[in-house]
Amino acid sequence: MHYESPVRNPLILGDKSYSEITNDIAKPIESKAPRSWWIAFSIAFVMFMWGLGCILYTIGTGIGVWGLNKTVDWAWDITNFVWWVGIGHAGTLISAVLLLFRQKWRMAINRSAEAMTIFSVIQAGLFPLIHMGRIWNAYWVMPIPNQYGSLWVNFNSPLLWDVFAISTYLTVSTVFWYVGLIPDFAMIRDRAINPVQKHIYKILSFGWGGQAKHWQRFEEVSLVLAGLATPLVLSVHTIVSFDFATSVIPGWHTTIFPPYFVAGAIFSGFAMVQTLLLIVRKIFKMEDYINIEHIEMMNIVIMVTGSIVGVAYITELVIAWYSGVEYEQYAFLNRATGPYWWAYWSMMTCNVFSPQFMWSKKLRTNLIFTFVISIVVNIGMWFERFVIIVTSIHRDYLPSSWSMFSPTFVDIGIYIGTIGFFFVLFLLYARTFPVIAQAELKTILKSSGENFKKHHNEHGTH
Amino acid sequence: MSMGHTKHNPIVRALFNDDDIVLNAVKDLRSNGYHISEVYSPFPIHGLDEVMGLKRTRLSTAAFFYGLTGLFFCSWLTWYTMISDWPQNIGGKPNEYWALNMPSFIPVMFELTVFFAAHLMCWSYFAVNKLYPGAKAQNPDPRTTDDHFLMEVELEGEEADLTKKLQELGALEISKVEA
Repeated sequence: MHYESPVRNPLILGDKSYSEITNDIAKPIESKAPRSWWIAFSIAFVMFMWGLGCILYTIGTGIGVWGLNKTVDWAWDITNFVWWVGIGHAGTLISAVLLLFRQKWRMAINRSAEAMTIFSVIQAGLFPLIHMGRIWNAYWVMPIPNQYGSLWVNFNSPLLWDVFAISTYLTVSTVFWYVGLIPDFAMIRDRAINPVQKHIYKILSFGWGGQAKHWQRFEEVSLVLAGLATPLVLSVHTIVSFDFATSVIPGWHTTIFPPYFVAGAIFSGFAMVQTLLLIVRKIFKMEDYINIEHIEMMNIVIMVTGSIVGVAYITELVIAWYSGVEYEQYAFLNRATGPYWWAYWSMMTCNVFSPQFMWSKKLRTNLIFTFVISIVVNIGMWFERFVIIVTSIHRDYLPSSWSMFSPTFVDIGIYIGTIGFFFVLFLLYARTFPVIAQAELKTILKSSGENFKKHHNEHGTH
Repeated sequence: MSMGHTKHNPIVRALFNDDDIVLNAVKDLRSNGYHISEVYSPFPIHGLDEVMGLKRTRLSTAAFFYGLTGLFFCSWLTWYTMISDWPQNIGGKPNEYWALNMPSFIPVMFELTVFFAAHLMCWSYFAVNKLYPGAKAQNPDPRTTDDHFLMEVELEGEEADLTKKLQELGALEISKVEA
């Protein structure tokens, strides 16, 4: 009944019982934060505060404090927006797409990956909001009757599609995450000794009791949410790419953008999951649950999606040449050899060249190497968005208005601030939420636990 | 067991420490004519709903109709705002009637379908399970979110017979609750 082929490596290492899984996963919440957590939190908090200051300065003074000019009117803000949304995609991919494909290894990483999704989409959402300038009018993007008679939002515009896509994505990811969290909060509630803690987890766990009918509904809801989240996650980055693809700017007006953006999003998202989980498993001693098997699987995804992105880059170049449109050709020639050649080649090196190392089993199972590549990939993916956005517009149809973009301290500060904000949220999450979906994980202990697999292989079926 | 079960027999609670043993115990008791009123478990036990005789949940059907609601709502919203109330020439896109302009509404129609289906299904899920912030824990024994499994059986016939049966089936603790 709990059979799994011996060819498959165990997903839960060591001699674990159900209760040990409970203890291991409740431990970071019940024990004092390690010093490393406080150091990381302090650094992230300072970055966040610096970013917040820059955001307030922007709102108080206007977006003139950014490095934008008449020609380059979209730069770091939209680069960061697309970068953060892209990072978010891996969480949904792990929790939804891998659920539909019945990939059991997702269970150790889905909780943190979904947390990452939500926190990074929050960062992404900040950029369009502050770019509006008058953030207090941000609700105007919603179709609300107003005093202008009513003047409605434009449903033909990809920017409005984006509003709907991002808000649906953020809220649906949040409920998906929360539905899964409820049984795990109940586990913490039921073992809490401190009355304050018990009360907080009582509120969070919504009274969950684990009745048979409730679990039946839980599984149905998870499956349907996965089915809904899968096309949703593909649609979100597709629509983000429409922001560019439906324009008539050479370098943006490209039909390959939707699949290319989605692949890039998964690529960067998995890299960020690697970065975060390599730290989490170390600090909270989760090596038995997030083991080499998981890391290797994620590295394979990074390698495949990195290669898809590589194919997309080359396709873009070929099609620009084949189109016969001189403006299109110039846009790509300028990207690779113009004043931003360094950004283009950083992108190529980080995104196309570096993941190819993962063909080697030795390298993709090496933790330090994986960590380095995961950072490199995220740098590369930031450059990708920068290259697409800035190099396509900095030399427009009128050579007299050609210009360059240089960020001000405010641009840099806001970007650093969102990284800080992201880590503040993630570090708080890691200390207060069950970082592994323990209820789900317990269902695979008998089929994928090292001890059970070993017993099964030695004694046959029982 | 019929769903219109209205008898109020006393309940016997039996605690187990393994999912396979519980599953087996449920099968055994049901074949001996007992009614299993509840099983509390720390994780979903595959096949338990079937052996307990639970009906399929209709939440996914509900989600389908919630999704349709979202789709219709968005169709109406885009028709009213873009075609009926204040039509405008936007990039020369044809907008004499809704269907002509519809292709550029597809992304939002899709998003609102998902939005309605996902959120209303989750609200329904919380409602039917009586889950809300601050609700009292529904499991009578806190160990059932860790590694124990609590079964509630309606008492029929002699209590001693059921107790003996439960012990044979591997129950660790047995207690009686008056209904």
